[in-house]
Amino acid sequence: MTSPLTRPERIAALHAAAKERILVLDGSWGVMIQRRGLNEADFRGDRFVTANGYNEKDQMKGNNDILCITRPDVISDLHDQYFAAGADISETNTFSATTIAQEDYALDAQAVWDINLEGAKLARAAADRWTEKEPHKPRFAAGSIGPLNKMLSMSSDVNDPGARLVTFDQVYEAYRQQVKALNQGGVDLYLIETITDTLNCKACIKAIKDLEDEGLDPLPIWISGTITDRSGRTLSGQTAEGFWNSVRHAKPFAVGFNCALGADLMRPFIAELSRVADTLVAAYPNAGLPNAMGQYDEQPHETAHFIEEWAASGLVNIVGGCCGTTPDHIKHVAEEVAPLKPRAIPERPVALRLSGLEPFELAS
Amino acid sequence: MRPVFINVGERTNVTGSAKFRKLVVEGNYSAALDVARQQVEAGAQIIDINMDEGLLDGVVAMRTFLNLIAAEPDIARVPVMIDSSKWEVIEAGLKCVQGKPIVNSISMKEGEQAFRDHAIQCLRYGAAVVVMAFDEVGQADTAARKIEICTRAYNILVNEVGFPPEDIIFDPNIFAVATGIEEHDNYAVDFIEAVKVIKATLPYARVSGGVSNVSFSFRGNEPVRRAIHSVFLYHAINAGMDMGIVNAGDLPVYDDIDPVLREAVEDVILNRPQRTNVSNTERLVDMAPTYKGEKGAARVVDLKWRDAPVGKRIEHALVNGITEYIDADTEEARLSVERPLHVIEGPLMDGMNVVGDLFGSGKMFLPQVVKSARVMKQAVAWLEPFMEAEKAGKPREQAGRILMATVKGDVHDIGKNIVGVVLQCNNYEVIDLGVMVPADRILDAAVEHKVDIIGLSGLITPSLDEMVFVGAEMERRGFDIPLLIGGATTSRTHTAVKIEPAYRRGSTTYVIDASRAVGVVAGLLSPTERARNEAATRDEYIRIREQYARGQEVKARATLAQARENRFRPDPSLPMPGAPSFIGVKAFDAWDLQDLVNHIDWTPFFASWELIGRYPLILEDEIVGEAARDLFKDAQAMLKRIVEEKWFTAKGVVGFWPARAVGDDIAVFSDETRTEEIARFHTLRQQIKKSNGKPNLALSDFVAEEGDDYIGAFAVTAGHGELEIAKRFKDAGDDYSSIMATALADRLAEAFAERLHKEVRTQLWGYMPDEATSVDDLIAEQYQGIRPAPGYPAQPDHTEKATLFRLLNAGVNAGMALTESFAMTPPASVSGLYFGHPGSHYFGVGKIDRDQVEDYARRKGMEVAVVERWLSPILNYDPYAAPRETAA
Repeated sequence: MTSPLTRPERIAALHAAAKERILVLDGSWGVMIQRRGLNEADFRGDRFVTANGYNEKDQMKGNNDILCITRPDVISDLHDQYFAAGADISETNTFSATTIAQEDYALDAQAVWDINLEGAKLARAAADRWTEKEPHKPRFAAGSIGPLNKMLSMSSDVNDPGARLVTFDQVYEAYRQQVKALNQGGVDLYLIETITDTLNCKACIKAIKDLEDEGLDPLPIWISGTITDRSGRTLSGQTAEGFWNSVRHAKPFAVGFNCALGADLMRPFIAELSRVADTLVAAYPNAGLPNAMGQYDEQPHETAHFIEEWAASGLVNIVGGCCGTTPDHIKHVAEEVAPLKPRAIPERPVALRLSGLEPFELAS
Repeated sequence: MRPVFINVGERTNVTGSAKFRKLVVEGNYSAALDVARQQVEAGAQIIDINMDEGLLDGVVAMRTFLNLIAAEPDIARVPVMIDSSKWEVIEAGLKCVQGKPIVNSISMKEGEQAFRDHAIQCLRYGAAVVVMAFDEVGQADTAARKIEICTRAYNILVNEVGFPPEDIIFDPNIFAVATGIEEHDNYAVDFIEAVKVIKATLPYARVSGGVSNVSFSFRGNEPVRRAIHSVFLYHAINAGMDMGIVNAGDLPVYDDIDPVLREAVEDVILNRPQRTNVSNTERLVDMAPTYKGEKGAARVVDLKWRDAPVGKRIEHALVNGITEYIDADTEEARLSVERPLHVIEGPLMDGMNVVGDLFGSGKMFLPQVVKSARVMKQAVAWLEPFMEAEKAGKPREQAGRILMATVKGDVHDIGKNIVGVVLQCNNYEVIDLGVMVPADRILDAAVEHKVDIIGLSGLITPSLDEMVFVGAEMERRGFDIPLLIGGATTSRTHTAVKIEPAYRRGSTTYVIDASRAVGVVAGLLSPTERARNEAATRDEYIRIREQYARGQEVKARATLAQARENRFRPDPSLPMPGAPSFIGVKAFDAWDLQDLVNHIDWTPFFASWELIGRYPLILEDEIVGEAARDLFKDAQAMLKRIVEEKWFTAKGVVGFWPARAVGDDIAVFSDETRTEEIARFHTLRQQIKKSNGKPNLALSDFVAEEGDDYIGAFAVTAGHGELEIAKRFKDAGDDYSSIMATALADRLAEAFAERLHKEVRTQLWGYMPDEATSVDDLIAEQYQGIRPAPGYPAQPDHTEKATLFRLLNAGVNAGMALTESFAMTPPASVSGLYFGHPGSHYFGVGKIDRDQVEDYARRKGMEVAVVERWLSPILNYDPYAAPRETAA
């Protein structure tokens, strides 16, 4: 199928939609995939029975990203469910599809490339189907770029605070491949998400910008950090504003937070970002905090209630759900924010702004 | 205004610090880290890191040190300046910092292409840059060369590379003076001149420099070097220098330098004509030995602002909230003008305009503005007798007159008072009718005072209906002035859907918080902008109404029968909370206030002053931290007085009874025989369609239908004395303390509820005798059992408070009462039910359907229409939809 819109038209439509309303991202993929009760054979498919460096006795179950290749029907169905629930944007199922993260499953670079390429194609096709069906509400495919299981700012060895398991160049190279494949597969924007270490994110930003310099189609970038607890810091220790100062050079389409916290606890940090970020602000919290069983109890209307308040308070431009949220959550969220105006982007005075863990500003 | 100057810490620079160099060369990185830490502790806002030393592998040393810093939050807090003359060292550094650093430096030394490439890399890594005034020919020494190179570099960066101009910092080279070589004599002047031109002609660019170079010829004589640095910086900063690599903690204050030495240094720095038969340099060299070993002068308290003209002094007092001198200054100002009114219209309004601008641009925060208002009021109070005496005095020109009131049935007024103060600061006259004001009194007062705008405030949900009523009354009585709506429970949607349609003749506008109030009011009172603003709001509200109507149609709910079928069934294996230590009620006459102070949750306190952030982190916040610290200090001081002088009395009552769930209700019995039912609490059930086995909750689910179960209830207040204290401050013109007292009473009441709940869990009910929870855990509600209050999400019906108060006999036992809207008095009060079951938890009822409303009305013995009015915010249907259509 050919897309109803060309890529520049889609990007223009994305910008136009963000101006006129609050956009809705999809919800959790993990919990939805889990509900399908897939088995080891589903995950392996035909291709990964033994090939691609995959060892027979290892477990592939749980490597959700590989389903882009082995069970594309499941992935397409999830895109459809979220678009049907009212999401404007659905993410590719490629959260861990980097050569570094896939080392855990012993997948080689070609397999990782294919996951990204196929994942992007599935999201592209689903978005196109819905855009064709509902031309007044174009749908978009965001290329999900997750954090790595290895961090550049954090020591891997308690006895050696300077130790690192990867180098900047390795992280840069891994993201470079993922970005290229997602772009080639047809995504409309990149979503660098669940950022636990801003330096990893900066390596990804550099990979994207360098590729653009080399001729890759430029796409909007959405940067989504993670505040891990009530201290209001990222895992690597930055405050919301410190984080923003660190990534603003990407000139992101949107910046925000996702994961780790439920909406109630995330609010002050979104409010903080909303105050300082002169671009769109996005937020997609978890469905509350997990209970003792690791499950999420927050009901769709509860999540939607919190998010409605953010929207009514003019804090957000894009909302959605992270861990524990379902199409039902997204449906409620979409309904609640539909009548509300998107946050107006503040104009901040021009100033030299730097950051360590905390922000620094030299005002004029 | 005094220019801002940023000190960049210089001691983690191997070329500047012999000690640091030695540590790094020896590989003693832990001691090297201590050097960095000390710098940050001493106040360095940025630390310069330089590893350019022949014995070191610069790439490895830079990477090692920056990776180690990343593990030290007390150092990594501040941005770093990655300092090297080698690009590969700089790039190695850029790969190790998650923050946004400064690269020091890039230049056109190797030509434009390398300069451009490096700049693009800095942009990709996300760094600001220091650009040295250095080109293919060499380092710039004269002012003209410095300006020429910096201008050329700026144009390449901004116009060709797309570098943000605010991220460019020029280093126009500071060279040593007083070297004995005549060509060097003008170096400091050249730098200062270049700074002036760069700042004037290259927008947003900054200027930095390595200061210690300038005094190089006096090495070994630290006192003289420090004096040279101080004098040099004094002139360079005034010319516009923004930052410097300097050990600023060591520098003497310019004014404190021995005048003889200062003059000699100044002659050298500014290259003035020589005063005697020896050159400036020789003169300074001659006197230098006398100053060797002199200690730095002690710092003095800064009262320099007292030397300024009276207008500036008044401005300073207003901006800084200082009342100490305001009477004297106001009097001095009064004597200098014709009429006392001119003091208000002149220096006082000028000062308040500065406050308004600072507030508007986010440089001052609400508590500071309220303090400014206190100074203003005190000044006006000083002038009043003189204005009275001046019979011919015309009324003072105001920007407009605003009437404000908290509506009937509601007693909350912190937000309204803050808005009032902010408006007054902006020269609006505010007529504040207080709380619990009926519609007719609001409208009568509006007519009597010929007000320009009416503002309504409310915190509890029944106030929403009262506001609709006030709007309808305005329509009926023919008002056409703007109506403003604000307060915690109000919303743009409610204003658009319910209030605005009731008042068609004038405009209705929702105001989200105090900081928006001035803009909204100004827009509505401007003769040129008013029509446009009103039309824009009207259009927006029409759209909100349409969208709201669309949203209403699609929300399918479970039927009440389905919801009940899917009720919450507690896990039978979980232990029941058991019998409480007594049946009946127990009153507490005067709970120890100090104990409550220890249980205060401070985060909402800051929020009530529109300072958003979590306590205690908010105290260290870059932006609002200072305002938060001042506010917190004032709060602590007042709390001390509240406790010591017993301003408030904390009274409360708690009760327990045998109870049993009956459908969605809870029957309460007089004693263990469970025969005499003395009260029945009615609860509401969620009707949202649930998936994956989640229950449709009602509070009654947390009480057993059979067997020995119990329920508890409480009502507490810290508000006895609150109104008197708040009024006393207000009458004295001190709104700041008045609002503070109210806000603290609210916090103490919440703390009381939390503290009493702990007592209930561990002692009075005693189902968790060994609970060990910290204050933080309490605030995070990490314990078994809940204390939901009527009017909150788990039971949105305020009228249930009537049953609660009757059971507790709260009037007699705690001196508390309910208004007709079921707001509690005194205002700083909290009440609720206790559920002890381990499965009990907070939830929101959400929207409910007509079937439940009818059932609930039947159970409560109330008219359906009455129930619909109380529950209007949670109805999943429009109860007026049908009749309105038939009427039309």
